[in-house]
Amino acid sequence: MAETHNLQDLQHQAAVASKVYVQRDYNSGTICRFQTKFPSELESRVDRQQFEETMQTLNNLYAEAEKIGGKSYLEGCLACMTAYTIFLCMETHYEKVLKKIARFIKEQNEKIYAPLGLLLTDPIERGLRVVEITIFEDRSIGSGR
Amino acid sequence: MLHLRVAEPMRECEYSQISTRSSTPMETPYKKRTPKRRKWQAFPGRNKFYCNGRIMMARQTGVFYLTLVLILITSGLFFAFDCPFLSMQITPAIPVIGGVLFVFVLGTLFRTSFSDPGVLPRATPDEAADLERQIDVANGSSSGYRSPPRTREVVINGQTVKLKYCFTCKIFRPPRASHCSLCDNCVERFDHHCPWVGNCVGKRNYRFFYMFILSLSFLTIFIFAFVITHVILRSHRYGFLNTLKDSPASVLEVVVCFFSVWSIVGLSGFHTYLISSNQTTNEDIKGSWSSKRGKGNYNPYSYGNIFTNCCAALCGPLPPSLIDRRGFVQSDTPQPLPPTNGITMYGSTQSQSHMCDQAQCIQSTKLVLQAAATPLLQSEPVILTDEAFLPGRTSLGGPCSGALPLGGHPTPPTSTPKLSCDNDMLPFRNEQSNGLRHHHTDGGHHHFLTPEEAPSPPGMLPCGSPLGHSHTIQGFYNPASQDSLHEDSVRGLVKLSSV
Repeated sequence: MAETHNLQDLQHQAAVASKVYVQRDYNSGTICRFQTKFPSELESRVDRQQFEETMQTLNNLYAEAEKIGGKSYLEGCLACMTAYTIFLCMETHYEKVLKKIARFIKEQNEKIYAPLGLLLTDPIERGLRVVEITIFEDRSIGSGR
Repeated sequence: MLHLRVAEPMRECEYSQISTRSSTPMETPYKKRTPKRRKWQAFPGRNKFYCNGRIMMARQTGVFYLTLVLILITSGLFFAFDCPFLSMQITPAIPVIGGVLFVFVLGTLFRTSFSDPGVLPRATPDEAADLERQIDVANGSSSGYRSPPRTREVVINGQTVKLKYCFTCKIFRPPRASHCSLCDNCVERFDHHCPWVGNCVGKRNYRFFYMFILSLSFLTIFIFAFVITHVILRSHRYGFLNTLKDSPASVLEVVVCFFSVWSIVGLSGFHTYLISSNQTTNEDIKGSWSSKRGKGNYNPYSYGNIFTNCCAALCGPLPPSLIDRRGFVQSDTPQPLPPTNGITMYGSTQSQSHMCDQAQCIQSTKLVLQAAATPLLQSEPVILTDEAFLPGRTSLGGPCSGALPLGGHPTPPTSTPKLSCDNDMLPFRNEQSNGLRHHHTDGGHHHFLTPEEAPSPPGMLPCGSPLGHSHTIQGFYNPASQDSLHEDSVRGLVKLSSV
């Protein structure tokens, strides 16, 4: 909690230098997948390997959310039989994974990106179109923890 | 000086009065000027929201109420007049099954009509700027004049697919997405805009739509069959004329069901075919994946076999809504371009005369701005322009002047809500670039040919198909420069009108 507070402080104290957008990768169809290509603006800021690992994990999580298999069929059939009223009390599998993704991004921000002056925005807040990476100016010294 | 001193404390009192209007008097004078708005209140598309954002529908809902009334009346008459006889003579399971079907039909209808079809939220200004930069770099041209149509190509499963840039939403549309001109939104996996359910049919509500038409087919056939049975059984006993006298509602039910059966069963069959081949109505009408287009043309989204396609479409995971209707608008987070409140306020009469009014509006505001620029000593030109302005202003009428106080600029009148407007568009289009005209006329002809081939009710597809192709209309979106000019002139007019 204290760490989140520091993140917000960072946001208020530091000036936003620029924003980098990682677009969707449609080469595998309409499934949610982001490009893993390393943006050039982040060259000096973050380790390439680290960033690609983050993006890959994110893509894997979205793939898990959209996976078509036994579990999703069961959920779909159950929902159909209850005339979709079951979703009034139950959360869909996709929503559960989205929460997981939100936790993952928060954790990544706190552990890795905030100390480097970066902030990843959860793609769901941008309509799953882009991963927005905000680059903060290096005005604040260190992480101010 | 004294005057000012006196005025100030009075002003302060005024402010404190306002701030304590809706709160306890003990509260501090500082208070948020505006209450927190929910995102649906600031939604830029042309949708209607009910129940504080829980329900989302298209703007024109008249036909939806007709659908509802037809279903309720026919089913109601069936349960009231035919079921008592049938349950006694044959089995009480008949009203039970009928009841279950009826509930299922209503449930799926409401789910289709009230849910978000898969609307893609518009790009935030930062995103849009970033994309523009990327496009400019790719095109190698500087901004200033309108660059050629923006497309990106991707290879999906071995098939080359073109991603088009949406000028309204300022995004590159994902594959299978399309911009609905009725709702003014980009919708994922856009199937068609259905006036009968009063909403677009897209990724998130396609399965509900299919379940609705399927269950409605069963219900219609069920009612039809059992009303006929009822009439026949009763006629055996009491004679045909007496039957008609005892149960006049049966005639009405038979008539309604007879006409519905053909269209609804046909539509169900059509959508069953679409699901099994994993296509959307939009793609089928355009013939995107038909072999007639080319030898190597195939559907890259199909899973190969009918069973998997059906399962994926109907039982696959339900994606969440991307627009977060009930969330609160954050003042510090970037918001997409200002909502087109102007256009929703002045109704749906997007006829050509209205477009002319807007053109006049631009002209008259330009004159006014010119007049304002000239020094006051030159009284003659000012008077002339005022005179020129006044008739222009009166001819604007309600709609345009209604838009001005809102401060938002109306969206270009190219997104027409009515089918008839497509024809009205033709003269207006001449003012736009000629190169694009052919594209639309070709598209227009294409729309009206294929519905005859497709086995679906003519009443529905002609409404649906041009709107499925509404992205072609996007080509006529006013250039960004004209938008800003219009915006500036509107702002100028607001300022001048307040003087």
